[in-house]
Amino acid sequence: MAMDAHDVAVTKPIPLRHPWRWAGGALLIGLAAAFVQLLVFNANMQWGVVGAYLFDGEILAGLGRTLLLTALAMIIGLAVGMLLAVMRLSDNPVFQAASWAWIWFFRGVPPLVQLIFWYNLALLIPRIGIGIPFGRAFVSWDTNVLITPFSAAILGLSLTESAYAAEMIRAGIKAISTGQSEAAASLGMSRIQALRRIILPQALRILIPPIGNDTISMLKFTSLVSVLALPDLLYSAQMIYSRTYQTIPLLIVVTIWYLVLSTALTFMEHYIEHAMAVGRTAPARLVPRTSWWRLARA
Amino acid sequence: MTQPRPTGKTVPLLRIVGLRKSFGPVEVLRDVSLVVETGQVTCIVGPSGSGKSTLLRCLNRLEVPDGGAIYLDGLLVGVTEKNGRLYEMSPKALATQRQAMGMVFQGFHLFPHMTALENIIEAPITVKKQPREEAIRSARELLRKVGLTEKADAYPQQLSGGQQQRVAIARSLAMQPKLMLFDEPTSALDPELVGEVLAVMKQLAQEGTTMVVVTHEMSFARDVANQVVFMDGGVIVESGPPAEVLSHPRHARTRTFLARVVS
Repeated sequence: MAMDAHDVAVTKPIPLRHPWRWAGGALLIGLAAAFVQLLVFNANMQWGVVGAYLFDGEILAGLGRTLLLTALAMIIGLAVGMLLAVMRLSDNPVFQAASWAWIWFFRGVPPLVQLIFWYNLALLIPRIGIGIPFGRAFVSWDTNVLITPFSAAILGLSLTESAYAAEMIRAGIKAISTGQSEAAASLGMSRIQALRRIILPQALRILIPPIGNDTISMLKFTSLVSVLALPDLLYSAQMIYSRTYQTIPLLIVVTIWYLVLSTALTFMEHYIEHAMAVGRTAPARLVPRTSWWRLARA
Repeated sequence: MTQPRPTGKTVPLLRIVGLRKSFGPVEVLRDVSLVVETGQVTCIVGPSGSGKSTLLRCLNRLEVPDGGAIYLDGLLVGVTEKNGRLYEMSPKALATQRQAMGMVFQGFHLFPHMTALENIIEAPITVKKQPREEAIRSARELLRKVGLTEKADAYPQQLSGGQQQRVAIARSLAMQPKLMLFDEPTSALDPELVGEVLAVMKQLAQEGTTMVVVTHEMSFARDVANQVVFMDGGVIVESGPPAEVLSHPRHARTRTFLARVVS
C-alpha cells in the first residue's frame, strides 16, 4: 500500500548501504597487516642495526651536510630566480631573452648531468678570471681550486632551482592584479617601490606553498651529490654499508631521516603559510586549521 | 622640468587639448578638449564604451594617449617640451607628477596585506619620505573625515565595499593632490552602500577639492557638479552646468541617454 504525503513527510528514509566501501576497506586493512608483518617480523630488516646507526656520528654529519646543501641551494636558487623573474617581466628585450635562455637551459639539463659537468669544469676552463672578453684577465684562479665537490654540488643544485623558482615567482607576480600596480602608480610610487612594497609581499604569500614544495624536492635532490663522493646523508650510509654489507638497515636509516626532515619541512611550510595569512583572508586566529594540523597541535 | 609657468594670467588647473587614443583599430578618444578650473567638480557621464574611463586614465597616464596634450597647473603631463621638441618623461618625473593627481578606482584596489591605516600611510612614507608619526597623525585625521576612525586596524577584507572605497579615497587624499580623479567610484557597490561614498565625495566638493568624476549617479552630478560633460563615441557631445546638460540637453544623443538612465 502506498504511503500518503503525510506519512512520507514524517518518515525517515532508510540510509543507502555502501557494501563496496566495506569490501574495499577490508582489502586495504588486510594489505596493511601484511605490510606490518613484512616491516616488523622480517629478520632481514635488522631493526637492531637500524637503531645502532640512526644516531651514528657519521650519519649525523651527513645529515648536517644534506641540510646545509638544501638551505644554500634554496637560498641561492630563490635569489637568482627572483632576479630572473624580474628580468623576464622587464621591458628590456635583452633581459627577457637572457632570462628565457637561462631558464630553458637549466630546466632542460638534468641536475645529475649538471653536477658531473660542474665538477669537471676544469677540463673545459682551466682558469677562471675576471677581465675583458677576448682581452686580458685582471685576476684569475685555478678552476681546480675553486671547484670542490661542495661548490660543484651547490652550483648544480642552485642553478637548477633558479630556473624553476624564476617561473614560479613570475607566475606569482602575474597573479597579483594590475589594479594593485595601477593603484601604486597613481600614488606616485616608482615601479621598484611598487614591486618591493605592494607586489612582492602579496606574491610571496601565494608562493609559500610552492617554495615549501621545492624545498622538500631539493632535500631529496641533494642525494644526487653522492656521485661527487660528497658525504651527505645517503653517501655516508653508502660508505658504512660498503664496509659492513648491512645495505638494507642503513638504507632504512636514510629513509627514516629523509621522512623526518620532509615532515618537519611540511609543518614549517604550513606554519609560515598560516602566520602570513593575516589580512589576505582573515586574522590568523580565525583561519580554519586543516585536520592534520589540529591533530598535530593536540 | 624647465618649463616656466605662464605668468600674468591665471591658468586653469587642468587643460586637455585635442586628446586622442586608440586601442588597435578602435578609436576610443577623438579630439577631446576640456578645461577644469581649481575648486570645480566635473562629472563625466555617458554610455559605457564612450571613452569616459579612458579619458580619466589618460590624465595620470595609466594610459598613454596617442596625441593631444594635458596641462596640469600649466605644466605638460607625461612629456616635456624643449627647443620645440617633445620628450617622453622619465618614470621618476612622471611619478612626481602623479602625486598631484589622486585616483579612486571602481574596484577600490586597496592593498590587501595592509590595514586601513597602513594603506593610507604607505605612499606618504615611501614616496614623500614623511616621518611615520606625522603620516599616522594625518592618516587618522583622514579616517575621521571619511567616518572610519574605528576601522584603522581593519584589513580591507574585513570592510564592506563602501568602507573600502572610503579608505581608498583617504589613501589618495593622503598625498595632498591638487586634483582628485574618480573612475566610477560607486559602480561596484551594493545599492545601499552607494550613499556613504557619495556623501564623502560631496563633503570633499564642499571643501573646494578639484574633482573629475566619471559616474552614472545622475543625482550626484546634478547636485554637486559645476560642470557636466556628456561623452559618446569618443567625443564630448556637450558640456556645461548640470542645469543645462541634464535638464535641458541640446543634443538628441544626450536626451536619449538621459531618458534611458533616469527612468
